[in-house]
Amino acid sequence: MATATARFEAEYQTIRARALFWRAIVTVVIVALLLLSAYVSDFVPARLIDGLPKIGLFFENFLPGLRQDVLLEGERTEGSFLYWFYAWDIWGLALLTSINMAILATVASVMSGFALATLAARNLGVPGWLSFLAMRLADLLRTLPDLVLALVFVFAFGIGPFAGLLAIWLHATGALTKLYAEVIENINLNQVEGLRGAGGSWLQCVRFAVVPQVLPNVASYGLLRFEINVGAAAAIGFVGGGGIGQEFVNALQANWLQDAAAILAMVVVVIFLIDLLSERVRHRLIGGVA
Amino acid sequence: MILLPAQVTPDLIAKAQARAPQLFAVPWHVSALRGLTAAVVVLYLLWAIAGLGLTWERFLLGFSKLGDVLRLMVPPSDGGFWADFVEGLSETLAMAFIGTFAAALIAVPLGFIGAKTVVANPLIHFFIRRFFDVFRATPALIWALIFITAVGLGPMAGVLALILSDFAALSKLYAEAIENADKRPVEGVVSSGAGGLLALRFGVLPQVLPIMLSQALYFFESNVRSAAIFGIVGAGGIGFHLNERIRLTQWDQAAFIILMFLVTVFIIDQMSYRIRRSLIAG
Repeated sequence: MATATARFEAEYQTIRARALFWRAIVTVVIVALLLLSAYVSDFVPARLIDGLPKIGLFFENFLPGLRQDVLLEGERTEGSFLYWFYAWDIWGLALLTSINMAILATVASVMSGFALATLAARNLGVPGWLSFLAMRLADLLRTLPDLVLALVFVFAFGIGPFAGLLAIWLHATGALTKLYAEVIENINLNQVEGLRGAGGSWLQCVRFAVVPQVLPNVASYGLLRFEINVGAAAAIGFVGGGGIGQEFVNALQANWLQDAAAILAMVVVVIFLIDLLSERVRHRLIGGVA
Repeated sequence: MILLPAQVTPDLIAKAQARAPQLFAVPWHVSALRGLTAAVVVLYLLWAIAGLGLTWERFLLGFSKLGDVLRLMVPPSDGGFWADFVEGLSETLAMAFIGTFAAALIAVPLGFIGAKTVVANPLIHFFIRRFFDVFRATPALIWALIFITAVGLGPMAGVLALILSDFAALSKLYAEAIENADKRPVEGVVSSGAGGLLALRFGVLPQVLPIMLSQALYFFESNVRSAAIFGIVGAGGIGFHLNERIRLTQWDQAAFIILMFLVTVFIIDQMSYRIRRSLIAG
């Protein structure tokens, strides 16, 4: 009895000592990384305290001076809602450009992503080297940030929404290919074999055996990507990719902070609404499968 | 009668079609509705494309310019600036690390407050979740631009932007992890006499800590990409150099920076994937 307890005690102590040892090492490594990062990125308390009043001042000028008593007056009354959003028609149009950019990029990337995914999936009889190449191409597109692509496209096609569209399309194609290939690899192959047995070509197998099985997932991932693309389309204007982002940057650079705040409010509300709507549709799509 | 595919002749198909035409044709109102929907969608897409303001000349010129860019990118060259590039890249990594760390640190208490199982009041729960949603809906780059205007150019703006764009998303994920935690360990701790914070510390935290760490790592991976972009608008890191080389049309150096970035991201993703897998398994 006594020896069993002693053995347990000894065992417990060694396990605990080992755990403490590893915990100490991990803590030291993390603290060291943290200090190094703070030093390299110049994110030190002194600078932070130095910056706080500036941030406060900025937001003081950034937030609109709305007054409750004149909130619903016309656009000439200072403090009214319309006074703050005086250029709502211009901003609305720019926002629409951004949304259109996101829609076009999503439609294009769902198609190109699916096409690439049928090649990248390893269960449809595509030669191994081709699948490998398709997957690596998707990895490359996925890793290249859309803003970096946009810089190159702005150089080639000039400032405007087309450059932004191309950038978002390529990046989204990479992301969707990976997801779609996973979906395709999980389908039931009996239907593909049935069609092939009936003499269907490879394209016919994809159209009539693969597409019906994966369509809800393809649409759902496409919508999820659309939500991301709306944010990307809003941001891509910062480097000349057109749309609402360009208006936002112009306002900030001219120090018209209230304008920037109004644009930001519009963007956040629209993204919020689109996310909400798309989430509903996605739940219905996926619910239909189960 | 069961027929093999080879035995089905056009003749048989015609006979079947004559006997049961409704199996071979879509009802007219369904096909009309489909056609109408397709027409509306196509018209909308065409209108959107027209709104891009693109002319054929610009389109073709763009592709020839793109070809020039790709030709000039080969071979990539550091142009003697590799030390600057390494410094920029390490600044990007440092920004991502400290930004993710701070955001995760803020998200732990907020996650507990946002969890239904910890703060049961539905009104508080509703407002906290909407508060998270507003921050999640703002793209990280917008925060970067805002902080550049507020605190000036440099990595400080980038780190602040990462913190503000991530803490809410992490809080929401943490709150969900806490809500999904097993209740029995909490009951065990409570039954041994501990209440409130002690129950959370010893009943909930050990369950959710690996999930929290793994999600923070996942955010770190994505933040390395975000931080690289921040430099393009002036918030510190490698993006600054990339933007500059592209403006000066030094495409060989731009390609070098992009390759450096791709390799770094690949290594970090591999490492983070290993750590995350062992965290979830342990």
